[in-house]
Amino acid sequence: MSGHHGLYRPGSSVLHRLPAQVKLVAALLAVLAVVAAPRHQIWVFGCFAAVVGVLVATAGIPPRLMARRLLIEVPFLGFALLLPFVAQGERTEVLGLPLSIEGLWSAWELIATATVGLSLSVLLASTTSLPEILNGLQRLRLPALLVQIMSFMVRYTDVVAGELRRMRIARESRGFEARDIRQWPIVARGAGTLFVRCFERGERVHLAMLARGYEGRMPMGDASGAPWSAWATGLSLPVLFGLLALTARA
Amino acid sequence: MNHAVTIEGLGFRYPDGHRALDGVDLRVHPGERVAVLGPNGAGKTTLALHLNGVLQASEGSVQIGQTPVGRANLKEIRRRVGIVFQDPDDQLFMPTVRDDVAFGPRNLGLDRDEVAARVAAALDKVRLSDVADRAPHHLSFGQRRRAAVATVLAMDPEVLVLDEPSSNLDPAARRELAEVLLELDVTVLMITHDLPYALQLCPRSVILADGRIQADGPTAELLADEPLLARHRLELPYGFAVSQTRASSGS
Ligand SMILES: Nc1ncnc2c1ncn2[C@@H]1O[C@H](COP(=O)(O)OP(=O)(O)O)[C@@H](O)[C@H]1O
Ligand SMILES: [Mg+2]
Repeated sequence: MSGHHGLYRPGSSVLHRLPAQVKLVAALLAVLAVVAAPRHQIWVFGCFAAVVGVLVATAGIPPRLMARRLLIEVPFLGFALLLPFVAQGERTEVLGLPLSIEGLWSAWELIATATVGLSLSVLLASTTSLPEILNGLQRLRLPALLVQIMSFMVRYTDVVAGELRRMRIARESRGFEARDIRQWPIVARGAGTLFVRCFERGERVHLAMLARGYEGRMPMGDASGAPWSAWATGLSLPVLFGLLALTARA
Repeated sequence: MNHAVTIEGLGFRYPDGHRALDGVDLRVHPGERVAVLGPNGAGKTTLALHLNGVLQASEGSVQIGQTPVGRANLKEIRRRVGIVFQDPDDQLFMPTVRDDVAFGPRNLGLDRDEVAARVAAALDKVRLSDVADRAPHHLSFGQRRRAAVATVLAMDPEVLVLDEPSSNLDPAARRELAEVLLELDVTVLMITHDLPYALQLCPRSVILADGRIQADGPTAELLADEPLLARHRLELPYGFAVSQTRASSGS
């Protein structure tokens, strides 16, 4: 694995090859279209799901993997399932239970939009490596400072985690076990040391950047943006979703 | 004769009052490879930071070619002097090796093709072309050290300063780095307390101790002078000896 966050699956599909900024914009607009679709038109959500299914297949992501990644929405589903019981308004009988019709529709809407939206995000994360995402965000004119901070976090998480682990191993090798509250001060002092080490590291990184001509502004990567054909390909998804949502509203 | 590096009477005191450099004099010819030997705390890193103006001389002067190191020409100096820091994790901070190597050239304001060409050439020199698109933190330590060298080579410096380049390397990684360094045709100042490495890579050495240059000569001669080494807390590894004959033929 190289430069890959946990969700990324390397590949060479169209979805992998599209520039990150195109995918970010396309996914965001597509989610807006899904949210705008009227909930009473169940067929339109079926269409969204079918299109997402085709994209997942194109990207070569195994359906079971996709399903596993969607599991993070389970807590929301629990919340959605409560809605028919607690919502006000006209009631209907399902298996002998009196359920709010309004609540049922709300639950359906929540589940349907969340599932489609989440699938799109998982699709994005599965086909785009973190460096590409950061690069894409920078191209989309997200403040450079924010992108820098995010990429430094990604870069140095490993370093800091390594430092933290070495400190813990050093403590435990000398017989320390953080079992009860009385030992917390030792752990806290460890955190203090970690902070100082990170701070010193930051200073050394800054020095090394200065030594390579850094003057406070991050140089941009390749100057050329995405070609219009990539935008056309990528934006066909939100256009399709938008048309579906409009048709359903009409 | 023009010198690539001219250091005269360089003195430096850290803000806490510690006097790290106390009158360093050193001249290096263009294309020369010089080892700066010294025990821990001798002031070696402090000296390196003066060579590209990260620290500025409080006494004495540092000159690169004909250009004095000073606030007015920092940009030029940092293009001409490349420092490879001791810990590659301090030097590599971009998401991919390629971006990291491109960071310096981009700061120089070079155009895209020129940056790409420099990156390719630098990665080729350190033999890392095949990992260009990987994240630096997923490379082995030896690869990270060579990537750090590439980030500096991409600036096309006249003077390359290496701070403890062999530290933490296993024997194979050490040899690979040596092969890379031997092929470069720039002026090299190699800071180290790894005496065999100095012997292998640098025909000339100086000993820095107590903030001053204490000895200057052919590496083999200095390393054969055991009392001299011992006076400055330098030691050859167990079983390693530099014979006087080697010393005289090496000079
Ligand atoms: N930022 C600093 N503040 C105060 N003293 C420092 C600082 N950095 C280094 N020193 C001290 O200056 C001396 C030389 O340090 P350094 O140049 O790092 O030595 P070397 O690289 O030869 O091991 C050491 O005694 C060190 O403790
Ligand atoms: Mg040092």
